[in-house]
Amino acid sequence: MYLVPSLVMFGCGVFGFITRKNMIAMLISLELMLNSVDINFVVFNRFLYPEQHEGMFFTLFAIAIAAAETAVAIALIINVYRVVKNVDINQLTKLKF
Amino acid sequence: MPLSYTILVIAIPLLMFLFLGLAGVKMGKKLTGVIGVCAMGVTTVIAYAVALTYFFGTGEQVVDGVRQQLVLNDWTWLKFSDHLVVKLGVLLDPISAMMLIVITTVSFMVHLYSLGYMSDHHGKPEKGFQRYYAFLALFTFSMLGLVVSTNIFQMFIFFEMVGVSSYLLIGFYYTSPAAVHASKKAFIVTRLADLFFLIGIMVLSFYTSTFDFTDLMKNPANALASAQGATFMGCSVMAWALTCIFIGGAGKSAMYPLHIWLPDAMEGPTPVSALIHAATMVVAGVYLIARMFPLYVLEQGAMDIICVVGAFTAFYAAAIACVQSDIKRALAFSTISQIAFMMTSLAVSNADGALIEIHEGYGLGYMASMFHLFTHAMFKALLFLCAGAIIHAVHSNENSDMHGLHKFMPITSIAFLIGCLAIAGIPPFAGFWSKDEILVACYAKGLGWGLWMSMVAGLTAFYMFRIYFLIFFWKKHEVHTEHAPADQPWTMTLPLIILAAISIVAGFVPAGNLVTWDGAALTTHMDWSVAGASVLIALVGIALAFRLYYKENELPEKMKNALPNLWEAAYRRFYMDELYQFITHKVIFQNISKPIAWFDRTVIDGTMNLLGDITNSASYAIRRLQSGSIQWYVFVYLVGVLLIAGVTMVCVLI
Repeated sequence: MYLVPSLVMFGCGVFGFITRKNMIAMLISLELMLNSVDINFVVFNRFLYPEQHEGMFFTLFAIAIAAAETAVAIALIINVYRVVKNVDINQLTKLKF
Repeated sequence: MPLSYTILVIAIPLLMFLFLGLAGVKMGKKLTGVIGVCAMGVTTVIAYAVALTYFFGTGEQVVDGVRQQLVLNDWTWLKFSDHLVVKLGVLLDPISAMMLIVITTVSFMVHLYSLGYMSDHHGKPEKGFQRYYAFLALFTFSMLGLVVSTNIFQMFIFFEMVGVSSYLLIGFYYTSPAAVHASKKAFIVTRLADLFFLIGIMVLSFYTSTFDFTDLMKNPANALASAQGATFMGCSVMAWALTCIFIGGAGKSAMYPLHIWLPDAMEGPTPVSALIHAATMVVAGVYLIARMFPLYVLEQGAMDIICVVGAFTAFYAAAIACVQSDIKRALAFSTISQIAFMMTSLAVSNADGALIEIHEGYGLGYMASMFHLFTHAMFKALLFLCAGAIIHAVHSNENSDMHGLHKFMPITSIAFLIGCLAIAGIPPFAGFWSKDEILVACYAKGLGWGLWMSMVAGLTAFYMFRIYFLIFFWKKHEVHTEHAPADQPWTMTLPLIILAAISIVAGFVPAGNLVTWDGAALTTHMDWSVAGASVLIALVGIALAFRLYYKENELPEKMKNALPNLWEAAYRRFYMDELYQFITHKVIFQNISKPIAWFDRTVIDGTMNLLGDITNSASYAIRRLQSGSIQWYVFVYLVGVLLIAGVTMVCVLI
């Protein structure tokens, strides 16, 4: 039952990641996918091995790392914006050979 | 002094090379030179102490009056198989102890002399002074390492190292194209000879499965028997191996027809010529044969080749030396001739065939050869250093720029005269005693050999005094430069005086007691008929030179015009260089190298270029696939995963 929202979130994430051109939107989609996986961890832990907590802790780690990673990604995007005044993924062709 | 100190004699020059080579640029030029000279002085003292202890001390080195071969150090360096091990070590026996004295003496003299020679007239050292001293130390190290080699492979390594240091020093004036050409020529010719040396080593060690001199020489008959039955082109394999090793030695020792590099090597600084190309490196070949003497004695064929090559080279080089106008080149040909004397002397040593038991005259040639090596190193170094002093004074190698220098440079003149008398074989100077032994050995081989070598000895006297008279007399010297030539500073004159003194007394060294092939004392007695004849021939040669060249006259010109072709041929070294040029350029380059080059450029390079081109165009064609759009990649990946998942599911369900 808990897996349905997780599946929906993951699908949205994948769809958003492929279709959005804005890098911020892509980042949000990425987070969406990550969080759906986190939900899965928690759900499986809760129902299959309720006496253990590995899934829970793994999720906590994943959230922490995702936060750090998002900070880095946002910093990158801001810097990219400063240089090219744009965050459209298709416009970033400066380093292309 | 304990004999184990020998290792110091080798280590100090090596350390000096590293120290002067690395730190020399930071130090002053003068300081570098002084440190080099001091270190070499210390080395010389240690070498003398070790050698004198070996010869005259009592201890393990003498057993029942027979001097033993002592292996002082032996480190395993490379292990091919259980038997075939390359070691590095120190071997002391009569000839290596003698060579220690020769090398350190001449090297020390040259180090000292170079302080003056490598400076201009105001005492300011030349460019590259530190490099020069570092290379000198490198050469000294390699040469000392060569003579104390415990095995033939170590000898080969040091053979190459003296070749390299010789190359570096010949090309010292690298801005002059002639010097660069000469250094390349010397390196390539000796390298070619060393190839044969290497082949010889391989064949020898393949059959005897050892590199060690002590193993080989303990029972030479066994070593030869190990290859019994194996023949190649009608000769036994051992004969081939020994001949190949001789070719290696002949390259270094400038035997005909591999002598062509030595005259050109005179492009290097004159002290270098004295050290490397007169006294030490060029006798490495003789030393090599002497080291393997017990094997050669049993292999008559190889000995005959050495004998013929030596005797021919002696005459050939002497004939050319008679007409050269460049004093260093004349001295170079004289060196070739004298080394050929040593070679011949070694080769006639087994006067009656392959006999192992010792008899009268057997081993005399060996002793004479080593003795001559010793005395020749001293007086030839003296002659070269004198020539260097003259060249330094008049800035020219041509004797037409010299003439009548006796008044200006009396000390040099007397030293040169002593050198000439020594090489001509006038008693009591050094050359007389050693050359006399050689001639006795040659007469023991056969009357023809003796007469031939006697004739060459006469020629030697003639050409040496021709040079002497042309430099110091002939006519009054015309002063071209702003300052008249004069005796050089003490750093250059002192070595001349010391070497001249050695050249006078070296003949009285009892070589027969000290340096013999088996270590036992050899009783020699003067053969007065041979000695008298050779002195007489030498005097005739000198008298002839005196008549022709003491005062300016037309006779030499007339002789030249009487036989213009012969004179020209001798002056051009009997066209050997042209012959080599023809063979290498017209025959080898044209017919072998060019087709190979064509094959390399078109077939091999073509295949490689084709491969490269194919890869290049293929990647150009498919480069669009990699667009750089992550979203596209992710989409493709997603589709791929879904497909695989679908297929797997279908498979599982079915």
